[in-house]
Amino acid sequence: MTPIEKVEGRAIPFGLKNVDTDVIIPAKWLKTISREGLGRGAFETLRADPDNLFDRPEYKQAPILIAGDNFGCGSSREHAAWALGDLGIRVVIAPSYSDIFSGNAVKNGILPVVLPQAAIDRLLEVAATDPIHVDLDTQTVTTRFQDRFSFDIDPFRKMCLLNGLDEISLTEKSEAAIAAHEKKIATDQPWLIPAIL
Amino acid sequence: MTRPRTLYEKIWDAHVVEQRPDGTCLIFIDRHLVHEVTSPQAFAGLRASGRTVRRPDLTLAVPDHNLPTTARRDASGNRLPIADAESAAQLAALETNAPAFGIRYIDAVAPEQGIVHVVGPEQGFSLPGTTIVCGDSHTACHGGIGALAFGIGTSEVEHVLATQTLLLQPAKTMEVRVEGEVGPGVTAKDIILHITGVIGAAGGTGHVIEYTGSAIRALSVEGRLTVSNMAIEGGARAGLIAPDATTFAYLKGRPYAPKGADWDAAVAYWTSLATDPGATYDKTVVIDAADIAPSVTWGTSPEDVVPITGIVPAPDSFADPSKQAAAAKSLAYMGLEPGTRMQDVAIENIFIGSCTNSRIEDLRAAAAVLKGRHKAAGVKWAIVVPGSGLVKAQAEAEGLDRIFTDAGLEWREPGCSACLGMNPDKVPAGERCASTSNRNFVGRQGPGSRTHLVSPAMAAAAAVTGRLTDVRELID
Repeated sequence: MTPIEKVEGRAIPFGLKNVDTDVIIPAKWLKTISREGLGRGAFETLRADPDNLFDRPEYKQAPILIAGDNFGCGSSREHAAWALGDLGIRVVIAPSYSDIFSGNAVKNGILPVVLPQAAIDRLLEVAATDPIHVDLDTQTVTTRFQDRFSFDIDPFRKMCLLNGLDEISLTEKSEAAIAAHEKKIATDQPWLIPAIL
Repeated sequence: MTRPRTLYEKIWDAHVVEQRPDGTCLIFIDRHLVHEVTSPQAFAGLRASGRTVRRPDLTLAVPDHNLPTTARRDASGNRLPIADAESAAQLAALETNAPAFGIRYIDAVAPEQGIVHVVGPEQGFSLPGTTIVCGDSHTACHGGIGALAFGIGTSEVEHVLATQTLLLQPAKTMEVRVEGEVGPGVTAKDIILHITGVIGAAGGTGHVIEYTGSAIRALSVEGRLTVSNMAIEGGARAGLIAPDATTFAYLKGRPYAPKGADWDAAVAYWTSLATDPGATYDKTVVIDAADIAPSVTWGTSPEDVVPITGIVPAPDSFADPSKQAAAAKSLAYMGLEPGTRMQDVAIENIFIGSCTNSRIEDLRAAAAVLKGRHKAAGVKWAIVVPGSGLVKAQAEAEGLDRIFTDAGLEWREPGCSACLGMNPDKVPAGERCASTSNRNFVGRQGPGSRTHLVSPAMAAAAAVTGRLTDVRELID
């Protein structure tokens, strides 16, 4: 996973509420057995409109997406995060996310920034003409107009994103604790192991 | 004396392997369900890193999303090929990956095959008090038997395969209490649609919802699975219903369920999991069961719910400006005018199935309405898709398949079918479907499809009249 610290660039002023992962990447794109190339299917339905935001020259390869409440709701498909990453998105800024989507984003080096609606409204305005700067280390979103918004992030997620960390390697360091838990349930709750093989 | 705890807290506490200083916990996963769509990249990741599956004995794989629901064998019993090359490749990947990593696998033509969330409880693989994950957001379903069950992404699928754990932050708790008795024609599906309308599509975000109250207790296990299945539609990653005598009676004797003395020990443990008197939730919503009508969605978010006796709302009837904009977009997509009576909306397609509503009780409810009746001329496509091969066999033993086919509906093989537009079962662009599935998103049942979420009985009623219909008019 690519580490992420500072991202500066144009931000797609999307802003819609309750955008589900079926909208981010329709089901027909889920038949792949690879993580690559899903940017082509990202927001496919919306991009059928020739005047869509995503394909305007100023937002091509924009690293930031500004969205509305409950972004990424619905299906758990990680293809949504893969598709955004393939589009070039490194940061999403929204008032809230579905729990599954924000987890998937972090695991793919995409920073989900949470800011209140008033800040989103201001950033949507700035994004129409100017770039936006996101700094994960200082947990701030800034603009050249002296806007400065601070955001909270779970410290574990921050650490993973800053270091581009592979969670499986991290968990493997807890081998002894996992083995101890397995031993405990095998003794105390043997019925937890499925009865037939 | 320990602090009173909720059902969620008890299950969580029993699965903490390790707590990190920042509060993140390493949680042990008791059951991992795997299907063809969200697993290929996880298995590829294991191969690339030279890792194995830590606990194949706690893992069960079954294909469901991509499988066509048409006949799977020809007249001489040979397996028919899958026409779509990408689906065939994805299904073949699971068929190869499962045995290669030592995982038990139910193949596409096995009698037990079905939708992963129907198969888990039906096989007794899903048990109360366990942690269950699957690369599918409707894993919330298994909360209906009192398991802490939630959907995960593919990176997490790989993490669980490799370590049998997940790194998680504890969720907040939310109680949705439904008290009283529901009226005639009101089912578990109407209860959860109504709840979703009340709390909103993000109402449960960051929370695990425990459904309580006499109306929930009165539900069968099938009904409880329907309710918990759609916890995710209210934003909650998991739903929970305390396991009780109804749950135990359902699970006893199922293939993977504990047997003999193990069973008694398990029941004693499961009984101890109920939320303690005096335990508190971060949020509580109380709903009067008498307020719940047979319900239907009008828009493209599962929170867009009205009683069947209601009308299509006007966007300006919502206080929130962003909801007004969303409603206007939804109505344009759905081709509906504000003020239209829901019962006047004509329906061309009927889908009875999905992990929400494809169990035997659902099929019985639909058959009760369809018996001796026929689908309306305006209904072009109507399919009934049982949740598993065992549900199919049971329905056929009860003669339900004949009721469906006599009524002009198609009787299919088990799978996810028209819930998600990934297999050949799709709703044509611009047409409506009265669907017992869980999501009415834009394009969910196929590009341009217009979905109205309803209960199985309501879908059957719409099939009979060719429009959204109050099922109470067709039952005694």
